Amino acid sequence: MKSRTLAAPYLVWMALFTIVPLAIVAYFAFTDSQTGEFTLKNISNLGNYMPILIKSIWLALISSVICLIIGYPVAYYIAGCKETTQRFLYMLVMLPMCISFLLRTLAWVALTEDTGIINNLITALGMEPLPLIRNNGAVVLGMVYNYLPYMIMPLYSVIMKIDKRLIEAAEDLGCNGANVFKRVILPLSVPGVISGFTMVFVPAVSTFYISQKLGSSGTTLIGDVIESQFKTAYNPNLGAALSLILMVMIFICIGVMNRFSDDEEVITV
Amino acid sequence: MSKELIRLVNCQMAFDDEIVLDDINLYFNDKEFLTLLGPSGCGKTTTLRIIGGFIKPTSGDVLFDGVRINDVPPHKRKVNTVFQKYALFPHLDVYENVAFGLRLAKLPEEEIDERVTEMLEIVSLKGFENRKVSQLSGGQQQRVAIARALVNRPKVLLLDEPLGALDLRLRKDMQNELKRIQQAMGITFIYVTHDQEEALSMSDTVVVMDKGRIQQIGTPEDIYNEPKNAFVADFIGESNILDGVMLEDRLVKFFGRKFKCVDAGFEKNEPVDVVIRPEDIDIVPPDDGHLCGTVTSVTFKGVHYDTIVDFKGFKWLIQTTDYNKVGSYIGIRLEPEDIHIMHKSEYSGMFGDYSSYSAEYDEMDDPEVYLEGSSEEAEESAEGGEDEE
Repeated sequence: MKSRTLAAPYLVWMALFTIVPLAIVAYFAFTDSQTGEFTLKNISNLGNYMPILIKSIWLALISSVICLIIGYPVAYYIAGCKETTQRFLYMLVMLPMCISFLLRTLAWVALTEDTGIINNLITALGMEPLPLIRNNGAVVLGMVYNYLPYMIMPLYSVIMKIDKRLIEAAEDLGCNGANVFKRVILPLSVPGVISGFTMVFVPAVSTFYISQKLGSSGTTLIGDVIESQFKTAYNPNLGAALSLILMVMIFICIGVMNRFSDDEEVITV
Repeated sequence: MSKELIRLVNCQMAFDDEIVLDDINLYFNDKEFLTLLGPSGCGKTTTLRIIGGFIKPTSGDVLFDGVRINDVPPHKRKVNTVFQKYALFPHLDVYENVAFGLRLAKLPEEEIDERVTEMLEIVSLKGFENRKVSQLSGGQQQRVAIARALVNRPKVLLLDEPLGALDLRLRKDMQNELKRIQQAMGITFIYVTHDQEEALSMSDTVVVMDKGRIQQIGTPEDIYNEPKNAFVADFIGESNILDGVMLEDRLVKFFGRKFKCVDAGFEKNEPVDVVIRPEDIDIVPPDDGHLCGTVTSVTFKGVHYDTIVDFKGFKWLIQTTDYNKVGSYIGIRLEPEDIHIMHKSEYSGMFGDYSSYSAEYDEMDDPEVYLEGSSEEAEESAEGGEDEE
């Protein structure tokens, strides 16, 4: 009884700002923008945006994989450090998150534009400027840069919690260093991998700001399309439908990923 | 008995200048059940970890079959460990936990299957192959840990307080089980525990440790009957330890009285510690007693009563099946073989006085007995305790 009373404020909050808005989104998604009547037109419009949706998922997947490849060794290294060093390194990982997301992305623009800091340096050295911005690579880079901490954090906490005695037990039973990692540490950090992957993939697949600032017209993502429906095309019904579809797609992706972990240890966002 | 397998030579271990092992010299025979016994922090687990290869001694050598193995990593030693709290792999089922070492050795699948099945049978876990380790009880997990280590057919099995997390009944069963497995497989067991009863009932050899030093090595009988110093006498079983003077061979004086004993080889008039085991003391009518005193407390322990008796302000623990009520005046008799003499040591005077035991008992254990004894007596015993100081 007591816990229910304590949870009440959040339950009310959730009802007001999660369930009600979701219902509104669903309502818009299934109604006509002009007449307000029930229609499946918005949903069936998906066909036109399929390539963009697939591209969004693809870029988000690539970013997540890159984050995993970069993040795992970092998390593993931090977890193995002395406690004071651990705290310091963890703080370094978190630090960028204290700075506005918009600012960080704009900083990348300043760095990578054709007349940006990097290219200025390169031309000063007498070389041709590199195409560092307005392409898929730049968008992926932006995603990796922005979401890497979300990969490192869950990985670090899972790896750190692995019982050191399990490592000793593995050594005792004949594991050298590589085998300890392969047979004990890696399998035991799978929940961290899944959780980190989800935490990077979900915001990456729905982002719009990164692609607008670092991408070109060819790298429009599903997030951009949804944003434009509300802000420039004035078709909130289509925007709502696309949002709904994206949400379902994300749920499916999370479901598939969780299949990889042992059924008991499902860790989502 | 049989040939020597492992030897520790002048092993010292220091963590940040704190010496946890001081000059340990110890050898382990093949097929022996040896127990390292001591209170927590005595260095017994450190000794085990040195043998397992998880830590290197700060100085000194570890020899295995005569070869120095200080720098041999754990995975290359012919030693397996049963860890405290088992350290089973939570991502693997029972079968794969046991097969872990065999898979690493890249044995053929049929042999792995054969050996794992056989081992699960030995530890009575047949049919549990596909269980997750988190679904097992403490005793079952413990048996998986033993199977996982033994399946590799090590020459030596190290056990770090393997029964510590089990309840009393299960512990007794597992003690027998372990002893049976050790004898059946003919493997050296090096067993670490702080439980003296466990050590006495299972071991061929007991090594008593304290403060990073070996206090005594011997068979369980030796350790119990002939403790070397007050620490061993107190840690293994209960002991009344008194100050005495050895007048000559086989004659000791304490409490102002001469007693015949069976010990010899002390200097004339050497101050000694006299150990009298609580179960060796015979209670007799006051007139027949060597010493007479007043019962200050009685605790029922099932098989016997723990009876605290005040002799001239020094309280003794007597374990007897006869009930003597609080306040009664009794005598005791000591036969020569009941008296054990030890040289004085750094532990002299630290153990073997039951004054505090009595006070603690009065306050906490059984309010009824407290009420039965007159309040006068309670005061008296408090005074007696002060006199001791």
